[in-house]
Amino acid sequence: MGNILERDQQQAEISSEEVEKKIHKAKKKVTEKDTLEALGNREYKWGFFTDIEQEYASPGLNEDVVRFISMKKKEPEWMLEWRLKAFRNWQKMTEPTWVNVEYPPIDYQSQRYYAAPKSKEDGPKSLDEVDPELLRTYEKLGIPLEEQKILSGVAVDAVFDSVSVATTFKEKLAEYGIIFCSMSEAVHNHPDLVKKYLGSIVPYNDNYFAALNSAVFSDGSFVYVPKGVRCPMELSTYFRINSENTGQFERTLIVAEEGAYVSYLEGCTAPKRDTHQLHAAVVELIALDDAQIKYSTVQNWYPGDKDGKGGIYNFVTKRGKCAGVNSKISWTQVETGSAITWKYPSVILQGDNSVGEFYSVALTMNHQQADTGTKMVHLGKNTKSTIVAKGIAGGVSQNSYRGLVKVMKNAENARNFSQCDSLLLGDRCGAHTFPYIEVKNTSSQVEHEATTSKIGEDQIFYCNQRGISTEDAVSIIVNGFAKEVFKELPMEFAVEAQKLLGVSLEGSVG
Amino acid sequence: MLEIKNLHVEVEGTEILKGVNLNIKAGEVHAIMGPNGSGKSTLAQVISGRDVYDVTNGEISYLGKDLLDMEPDERAREGVFMAFQYPVEIPGVTNSYFLKTGLNEIRKHHGLETLDAADFLKFIKEKAKLLDIEPDMLNRSVNEGFSGGEKKRNEILQMAVLEPKLAIMDETDSGLDIDALRIVADGVNRLRNEDRAIIIVTHYQRLLNYIVPDYIHILLNGKIVKSGDKQLAFELEEKGYDQIKADYSSIKTKLEETV
Ligand SMILES: Nc1ncnc2c1ncn2[C@@H]1O[C@H](COP(=O)(O)OP(=O)(O)OP(=O)(O)O)[C@@H](O)[C@H]1O
Ligand SMILES: [Mg+2]
Repeated sequence: MGNILERDQQQAEISSEEVEKKIHKAKKKVTEKDTLEALGNREYKWGFFTDIEQEYASPGLNEDVVRFISMKKKEPEWMLEWRLKAFRNWQKMTEPTWVNVEYPPIDYQSQRYYAAPKSKEDGPKSLDEVDPELLRTYEKLGIPLEEQKILSGVAVDAVFDSVSVATTFKEKLAEYGIIFCSMSEAVHNHPDLVKKYLGSIVPYNDNYFAALNSAVFSDGSFVYVPKGVRCPMELSTYFRINSENTGQFERTLIVAEEGAYVSYLEGCTAPKRDTHQLHAAVVELIALDDAQIKYSTVQNWYPGDKDGKGGIYNFVTKRGKCAGVNSKISWTQVETGSAITWKYPSVILQGDNSVGEFYSVALTMNHQQADTGTKMVHLGKNTKSTIVAKGIAGGVSQNSYRGLVKVMKNAENARNFSQCDSLLLGDRCGAHTFPYIEVKNTSSQVEHEATTSKIGEDQIFYCNQRGISTEDAVSIIVNGFAKEVFKELPMEFAVEAQKLLGVSLEGSVG
Repeated sequence: MLEIKNLHVEVEGTEILKGVNLNIKAGEVHAIMGPNGSGKSTLAQVISGRDVYDVTNGEISYLGKDLLDMEPDERAREGVFMAFQYPVEIPGVTNSYFLKTGLNEIRKHHGLETLDAADFLKFIKEKAKLLDIEPDMLNRSVNEGFSGGEKKRNEILQMAVLEPKLAIMDETDSGLDIDALRIVADGVNRLRNEDRAIIIVTHYQRLLNYIVPDYIHILLNGKIVKSGDKQLAFELEEKGYDQIKADYSSIKTKLEETV
């Protein structure tokens, strides 16, 4: 332990070796900063392309294309008429400009509006008839379609570009009176239900993208759960965009009759490409008295590369109606993909005592832009809504929450609680919140909380000090931030979602 | 085990450590005392690799390696542990998941098998019991809503789980009640062995009654101005820092006169 006199005599001269050390250290600092950004450069693992013989509509959009799609699907006249009505409306509409995202004008005439794997005349009747290449594609995506291989308790409808290629567990579900099939099939086999409900929540002229979808929608899932039935398994649709320059326009309709319950999951991926692709979906949910619908999404469309090249433009209209008393609709979404996300899953709370929920995690990295949120419209008495939105932004991305809570005159005792938190992973990204509140009933109570924080250098260091690398630290912190939403997801999906946020999962659930 | 030579450290252009020398062998317990702002936490953080501090001169060797050349997570995996003076909250991440992740990283680094959730739970529950930590604290978010004392105990739990070679405890005793102090001290004493070195940063002699150090150093204005055995703490308690400051400045003046 020498004495202090000696120490004071030491010269504070900096040797060239020390200078080098300093430079080395400075370099290291840069690398650590970069780790944060590197998170955004993780490989998009789902970016492969399936080389399969496809049938296309020629690029462009006009009445002939609408007719072509309808013809391909052998639709009845009423369906074609509805499409044409939508198309004519769409032509008169303009793209919304209030969204907090920027992109060059979309050339709607350069896209294709229909692409389908070539198959026997009527499409596959059973899995044995499905092209093995397609089965392999889904296997590769982690969605095996052979029933024995599927996670027990999850039925899958697999949509490939414009068509549904397989729906599993149909027979088993039919025993309960549950209909789970592709939209095209529903138009043929359950025309009364489709006529009654299609467009009843999102009308064909609701907005620009909904009108476009109504004109050219290709496939999607149809779910009908009859009175008093609790769906015994999770239903899911896996959407895959495969073809180039092709938009995907799926339409999903879920009807839960009195006292019914269903949990529905939706996942999506697309190949990596340099050009942008359009995805404009519509989802409609209807819950009658005492019915419950739980709708979960893990959206992982190709986000584009780190310079913002390519990626999916995701313009989606999702809306549910709690039509009956005591009904409940819950939206849970984990949005990690797409170059642009424009999406506001909403609930119309019409039935007295009905409940609407929206749980969301939106992650934007690199050049991604998301403008997402919800609308809760309270019409009935004692209606309740909860909004929990978590935005995570890194790179030069822009992440906006936009939400509307509207309490109408007759909504006595309506309650809303909204919580919007943003987490920034750097200095060059942006997080924004646009909460709109309209209250026309004085007995109602609306609460809004919002926070914005930066991922803490101290948090990362704390993790580092316990042996955890910076990259893992970031995903642990991000996952912790999003936990409130993840716990609303069904187990299998929670696992998937956490993986998407980059965490090593071993044992973290349960 | 740890050799610090002429360590100079700056934060945002202000020099905080002004030539620290310290030599610690395996098996030893060293206490570092010193007035507020003298640089104790800075020293602890520089050893653990916090990058807001710039090392402008000097070197630190740890088990024969250049410590300053290692990333903080690398240091942790090589056995450097710091119990934080102000433990950090990580919302939404359970204490046990956090600790399991760290432990498994360290185990992987040493070529050991990772523990699964069940094994880990058994392991950590035993450790928690020894430190009188309620099991439900393991399922709460890391440090979130923990009381001051709980946070400190949690740091020692982490230390017990990660079994470091070099443990630095930065004011772990402040905020602990008398019983907790004894529990924590017992926990630390259990970890004392000939392969492990411990640095205790404290303001109070009281802790050193329980964990008896081999050496005590006094850090003043960025320099170690006095080293001694455990008696030094009593002396300090009695006289305060003023005496030491006075002694030190007179020596310094003499020195400057002779140069
Ligand atoms: N990150 C930082 N930015 C600016 N100043 C800092 C930083 N860290 C430490 N300092 C300054 O360096 C000096 C030493 O701080 P340090 O925390 O090491 O003291 P300490 O000896 O641990 O004090 P205490 O007994 O109060 O814990 C203080 O003046 C402090 O304000
Ligand atoms: Mg301190």
